[in-house]
Amino acid sequence: MSNLNTTDERDLGQAGEQLSTAPREESAASVPAMGVIGWARWFWRQLTSMRVALILLFLLSLGAIPGSLIPQNSVDELKVQTFKEAHTTVTPVYEALQFFDIYSSVWFSAIYILLFISLIGCIVPRTGQFIGQLRGRPPGAPRKLTRLPAYTTWRTEAAPEEVRAAALTVLRKRRFRSHEVGDAVAAEKGYLRETGNLMFHIALIVMLIAFACGQLFKSEGGKLVVEGDGFANTITQYDDFKSGSLFDTDDLTPFSFDLEDFVGTYERSGPQRGTARTYEARVTYAEGADGEEKKKVIEVNKPLVVDGTKVYLNAHGYAPVISVKDGKGKEVYRTAVPLLPIDNNVTSTGAIKVMDGYKDADGKKSQLGFQAFFVPTFAGDGKGTMFSQYPGLDYPVLALNGYYGSLGVDSGLPQNVYQLDTSKMKEFKDSNGDQLKKRLRPGETMKLPDGAGSITFESVEEWASFQIARQPAAGWALTGAVAAIVGLAGSLFIQRRRVWVRAVRGADGVTVVEMAGLGRSDSAKLPEELGGLALALNTMAPTAPGPEPEPGQPSEEPAEGAEK
Amino acid sequence: MNLAAATNESLANASNTLIYSSMAVYTLAFFAHIAEWVLGSRSKVGRTAAALKKDSAAGAPAVTVKVAQQGGTAVLDRPTIVTRSAAGTRDVPDGPGAAGGTFKGDLWGRIAVSLTVVAFAVQAGGVVARAMSVQRAPWGNMYEFSITFSTVVVGAYLILLALKKNVRWIGLMLVTTVLLDLGIATTTLYTDSDQLVPALHSYWLWIHVSTAIICGAVFYLGAVGTLLYLFRDSYENKIANGGTPGKFATSVLERLPAAKSLDTFSYRINAAVFPLWTFTIIAGAIWAGDAWGRYWGWDPKEVWSFITWVAYAAYLHARATAGWKGRKAAYLALIAFGCWLFNYYGVNIFVTGKHSYAGV
Ligand code: HEM
Repeated sequence: MSNLNTTDERDLGQAGEQLSTAPREESAASVPAMGVIGWARWFWRQLTSMRVALILLFLLSLGAIPGSLIPQNSVDELKVQTFKEAHTTVTPVYEALQFFDIYSSVWFSAIYILLFISLIGCIVPRTGQFIGQLRGRPPGAPRKLTRLPAYTTWRTEAAPEEVRAAALTVLRKRRFRSHEVGDAVAAEKGYLRETGNLMFHIALIVMLIAFACGQLFKSEGGKLVVEGDGFANTITQYDDFKSGSLFDTDDLTPFSFDLEDFVGTYERSGPQRGTARTYEARVTYAEGADGEEKKKVIEVNKPLVVDGTKVYLNAHGYAPVISVKDGKGKEVYRTAVPLLPIDNNVTSTGAIKVMDGYKDADGKKSQLGFQAFFVPTFAGDGKGTMFSQYPGLDYPVLALNGYYGSLGVDSGLPQNVYQLDTSKMKEFKDSNGDQLKKRLRPGETMKLPDGAGSITFESVEEWASFQIARQPAAGWALTGAVAAIVGLAGSLFIQRRRVWVRAVRGADGVTVVEMAGLGRSDSAKLPEELGGLALALNTMAPTAPGPEPEPGQPSEEPAEGAEK
Repeated sequence: MNLAAATNESLANASNTLIYSSMAVYTLAFFAHIAEWVLGSRSKVGRTAAALKKDSAAGAPAVTVKVAQQGGTAVLDRPTIVTRSAAGTRDVPDGPGAAGGTFKGDLWGRIAVSLTVVAFAVQAGGVVARAMSVQRAPWGNMYEFSITFSTVVVGAYLILLALKKNVRWIGLMLVTTVLLDLGIATTTLYTDSDQLVPALHSYWLWIHVSTAIICGAVFYLGAVGTLLYLFRDSYENKIANGGTPGKFATSVLERLPAAKSLDTFSYRINAAVFPLWTFTIIAGAIWAGDAWGRYWGWDPKEVWSFITWVAYAAYLHARATAGWKGRKAAYLALIAFGCWLFNYYGVNIFVTGKHSYAGV
C-alpha cells in the first residue's frame, strides 16, 4: 500500500519511482533553515504531509465526539437550556469551549479548515505530478529484474528484437502502455487508480464547499397547522426558525398552503397493530404571492417542493376543539387546541389557556388554565387508564383539570404553549375538596364549581406539523458524494503496476527472456498476471531446448552483458 | 383477530423458534471448534520458529517459489514465476490452521463448519420469518438488527470459505461472538414484532440499513483479523528476537496464518468495504434529506457514522504512510471498529437522538 514497500529501492533505481504520487515522508525532526521563508516553507511542508493529514483526521473524529454526547443548539435548543440549568458548574466551561455549538465552533472549524488546506496543498502537486507521469512513459527496466516481486525467465530461439516486438504486441493487447527502452520493453497499467484517488480527494473539497454553502444560506423552521388552517412562507408565521449566518429573509421562497385534511389510517390487528398505513397531509398550495391553487399530498418521505424549498410532514397529532363559557354563560373561548403526542398510540398532553375575555362568577377578570390529557382510543368505559390503545380516533376521551388565576403570560418570559405555569394559579376543587378532574367524551361538558362557568369538549380536529427547509447546493453535495464513491472505488480496487520484458542474446547465442512485474503492494494478482503475460509471450517465443536458467538464481550475466 | 394477523403471529413465533434452534446448533459448532483446537494442539509443527531462526541466520529474505497455473495448454516448459516478498517483512509460512495438520482435528473442524452452515441456514430462516411476520425489512429495532447482523457475518465468512480463502482460523472466534450477539439479542434486546415510525417507511430503509449491516459484518471480520495480527506479530517478534513465548501462546498462535497474511487479510477486507460504508452514509444523508428536511444535522448517529468513516480513512492513510504501517495502523483499525460498535450499541442505548427508535 505504499510507495515502495516491495523491494529495496536501491535495486530499482528510477524504475519504481512515481508508481504513486503520494508525498514522501519527511522526518518531523528536520529543522528548517532560518528565516521567515524557511519557516513558512517548513510549515507548509508539514501541513501537506501525510502524517499531518493523518493527525488532523484523527483530531477531526475526536473533536466530533463531544457533540454527540452534549446537547447541541443546532439540534435542540430546549435540551441545551435544560442541560445548562441542570449542570451549572460545567456550563461556563462548556460555553467557553463552545461545546454547545461544536460543529460551528472556532476550534472544530480550525481542524477541518486546516485539513482541507492540507488536502488542497496535497492535491495540487500530486495532480501536476500525475499529469507529468501521464505525459511521460514508463521508466526503463531496472538492472536486476530478479529483485522484483514477480519474476520469470526462459531461453528461446527467437531473436531478441522479435521477442521485444512480440512483447509489445502482447502487452498492448492487454492495454498496457508500453514502449521499448534499450534492451527491454517497459509497460505500465492501472493509471485509473491515481485518477480515482485524485478524483476522490477533489470530490471531498466539492462536498465541503457545498456543505458550507448549505449551512451558511440555509433556512429551516417548523409550523404546526390544524386542519383548515394554513401557512404562508414569511418569518413571522413560523413556530420556530433557524437560519444560516448569510441567510437573508428575502431568500424565503414565496408560497403558501392550507392543510385541508390529514388522513391517518392504522393497521388494525396483528403484531403490526398501530402501524401507520396511510399518513398523508392533503394540502392546497399556491406558488408566489398569488399563484394558482394546486393540490398535493405530502407524506413523510415525500415533501412538497416549491422552487428549492421543501415542505416535510414531520408529525401528526390531535387538536380537541374546546369551548369555554364564563360565569354568565357567555362563550369566551372556542379553539382547536393542538396537543403533543407522547407515545406511539398518540396519547397526548397539552394545556388550554383562556387568557382574555373570561370573567369569573363575580364578574371579575381572570384567566383559566387546564391541563389536558387526550387519548384517541380509550381502553373502554369505566376501566382503563389515560393511555391510548390505538393511534386512530376510535374512542376519544379528554381528561381535564382546571386552574384559575394568572397564567403568567405577561411576565415577559417566553412560555411553552403546551405547559401550564401554575405558580400563580389555584386549583378548582370539587364538592369533596379534591382537585376537580373529569374525563370527557366529545360533546360533554365539565361544569366549573361555584358558577365559574363551564368547559366543553366539542369535537376533534387533527393537526400536522411541517418542517419547511431550504438548503442550497444540495445538488452539488450529492454530485460530490457520487464522485467520491466512484473515485474511491477506482483508487482502492485498481492496482497500478509495471512490467518489464528484457530479451538479450546470451553467451551461447540463444536469447534469454526475462520478465518482471512490480506493483505498489505485493498482491497475489501480480504474479498471476505476469504468468498470463509470460504464457502469451512464451507461445510466440517458445522455450528453447537445453538447460533452463535456474529460477531464483539471478541470471545476472545476460543483464550485465547487455551493458558491455 | 383476522386470518392474516394470525399467520403473522405464528410466523413471529416460528422466527423465535428458529433463532433459538440456530443458537443450539451454533453451540454444537462451538464445541466442535474447541475439539478442533484441542486435538490440533497435539501436533508439533514449529514452523514459525524454524523459519524465523533460519531467517535471522541467513540474514536474507527467503524466496518462495510459485508456479503459475495458467490454462492447460500443451506447452511443456511453462515459465515459472518466482515471487519475492517485500523487503523488511518476515517471510514466515502461514500456520497450519486450528487442526494443526492432525487428521482428527481437521475432522472436527469440518464438523464445526458443517454445523455452522446448518446453523446459518436455520438462523437465516428465522430472519426471513421475522421479516414476513412484520411485513417489512427485518431491521426495525435492535433485536432485529442484531439477528440480521450475525446472520450476515456468518454468511460473509461462509462465502469466503466457499471461495477457498484461508479463513477457517476465524471459526471459533466467530461462532463465539455470534452466540454472544444472539444471547444479548434474545434476552436484553428482545422486542416483539412491532410497528415502525412513519419516517422508516421508505425504500431507503432497505438500502441504507442493509448496506450498514453488511459493512459492520465485514468490518467485524477485518477487526478479528487485525486483533489476531497483533498477537501473532508480537509472537513472531518475540521469536525473532530470540525469546520463547509461553506454551499456550505458542500452541495457539503457531497455528494462525503469518502476521503478514493476517495484516493483508484485514487490509483487503477493510479497504473493500470502505467505499460501501461511504455509500451507506451518503444513502443515509439522502434519506434524512427526504425524511427530515436536512441531509446532515449532526444527530448522534450521524456523528458516529462520520467518526467511524474518518477513523477508517485514517487507517487507510496510515497504511500509505511509511512510519504508520503495521502495528500502528492496526491499532487505528481497531479504534475504527470500536467506533462502529459504539455507533451500533452505544448510540442506541446511551444517547438519544432522532435515530432512537431502537426499541430497547
Ligand atoms: C478530508 C480528509 C481526507 C480523507 C477523508 C481522505 C481519505 C482517503 C482515503 C480513504 C484514501 C484511501 C485510498 C487509497 O488508499 O488509495 C486516501 C488516500 C490518499 N490520501 Fe487522503 N484523505 C483526506 C485527506 C488527505 C490529505 C490532506 C492528503 C495529503 C496530505 C491526502 C493524501 C492522500 C494520498 C497521497 C493517498 C494515496 C495513498 C496511496 O497512494 O496509497 N489525503 N485518502
